[in-house]
Amino acid sequence: MRANFIFSEVWIGLRRNLTMTIAVVITVAVSMALLGVGLMINSQVGLMSNYWNDKVEISVFLCKKGSAMPACNGKAITPAQIKALEDHIKKTPGVKGVLYENSADAYKNFKESFSNNQALVDVTRVEDLPESFRISLQDPDNYKPVLDAMKGQPGVADVTDQRQLIAPFFSLLNTLAFAALSVAIVLVLAAALLIGNTVRLSAFNRRRETGIMRLVGASNLYIQLPFVMEGVIAGLLGGVFAAVILILAKVFLFDEVVRFFGTGLGWNDLAQTITLTMVIGVVICILASFVTLRRYLRV
Amino acid sequence: MIHFDNVTKVYANQNRPALDHVSVDVDKGEFVFLVGPSGSGKSTFLRLVLKEERPNSGAIHVAGKDLARLTNFKVPHLRRRIGCVFQDFRLLPNKNVYENVAFALEVIGKPRRFIRKVVPEVVELVGLEGKAHRMPDELSGGEQQRVAMARAFVNRPMILLADEPTGNIDPATSIGIMKVLDRINRTGTTVVMATHDAAIVDSMRKRVVELEDGKIVRDQSRGVYGQAY
Repeated sequence: MRANFIFSEVWIGLRRNLTMTIAVVITVAVSMALLGVGLMINSQVGLMSNYWNDKVEISVFLCKKGSAMPACNGKAITPAQIKALEDHIKKTPGVKGVLYENSADAYKNFKESFSNNQALVDVTRVEDLPESFRISLQDPDNYKPVLDAMKGQPGVADVTDQRQLIAPFFSLLNTLAFAALSVAIVLVLAAALLIGNTVRLSAFNRRRETGIMRLVGASNLYIQLPFVMEGVIAGLLGGVFAAVILILAKVFLFDEVVRFFGTGLGWNDLAQTITLTMVIGVVICILASFVTLRRYLRV
Repeated sequence: MIHFDNVTKVYANQNRPALDHVSVDVDKGEFVFLVGPSGSGKSTFLRLVLKEERPNSGAIHVAGKDLARLTNFKVPHLRRRIGCVFQDFRLLPNKNVYENVAFALEVIGKPRRFIRKVVPEVVELVGLEGKAHRMPDELSGGEQQRVAMARAFVNRPMILLADEPTGNIDPATSIGIMKVLDRINRTGTTVVMATHDAAIVDSMRKRVVELEDGKIVRDQSRGVYGQAY
């Protein structure tokens, strides 16, 4: 009886305010989707930096005969210099380990990395690829001192850090996450105001009913629940649309990222994000409804 | 049943009190007319009984409850024991007679079986048998007021408050309304009716409480409306 009554009232309320309800659903959907995407980018960045931290290394390329690098003066590194350099690397604080990669190994890696670009592989000879030391770090975030210590050593053509290569990508992702979250917050505010307005309209539309309910002694809960439920249902609908958007975002965006960067979000992370955004959406709807009801529905 | 002890009510932004040190007792099962010109405090009296307003001073007891000590949470329970009828009927235009009466029970969570049993009885009591499925706009003013009375009485309240129930109804039809109120009164329900209608007061010969400028100027059992009108 009670549930029946409340739901029929809710249905009437939603139908009477159809345009407002649609506006609420859309706003909640977009804001929750942005919030979810922001959160997903955030955890994607976290995952990727963990993944890359394990792999990040500093490459110290050695001089070859005829090298174009100015540091080499066109002379190849001598075996004595190689030995001295290796000792120097091992003594540098922050170095976890070091590997020597000769031209043949480098060529093998090169061939693997560019297996989809046969033309490039074809024109590259083994001798074109420099020998190098691959240094892994104790603390990947603190690569700078090691990098500086390698620069200018005799026989060193160039020092590169993979971190420098992927850093712009990380900062792009962080910016995107920040942008998505800020827009989401603004939209959440808009959604709250819209819900407030919807409830206000609804309260006005049904002032006759609520007046009689008050008169015959309906409890506050009974009077307010239909309005709050309207907000909740609109919020839930918005949440469902947001979930669809998030699933699409995972399949078409994040799974692509996985293909390039080796790691990405699983369905578990997605489910968590969806749950979180739904809960936030519904809680916001309930709060907005209650706050408005206190102002516009004297009980 | 209703006990006012030295009650004063001053509305905000007004200097003159709507009720000025009013003390009155209404016993269980009584029928009381509240008479007096517009602005004399009749409606304020009824609103205070419902705890829609709070007095500035004085104590009000309704159905054994001290309204000052009644929490907001308990106010709906007080109102379930009080039925209300108004000059403008206040029916729901999109519900038929049966649904309008049933609404009062639905919103206080009564089971459907109970509603199906009680509503037709009350509809018959107010003399609307056979019209349960009419919409309010298909009924005359008198019939609409009967629906309102059925709704007010369906939960068997201890008190029925009527604020000028015959104000929008022609004299001939008013007699029928008064008969229904009398019938309700005979079931043991206390009835307090605010009215301007001298003919009705004179014909009923019930207790009359007259208010003027917020003060009780007359309280007479088996009274008439008064010479001044």
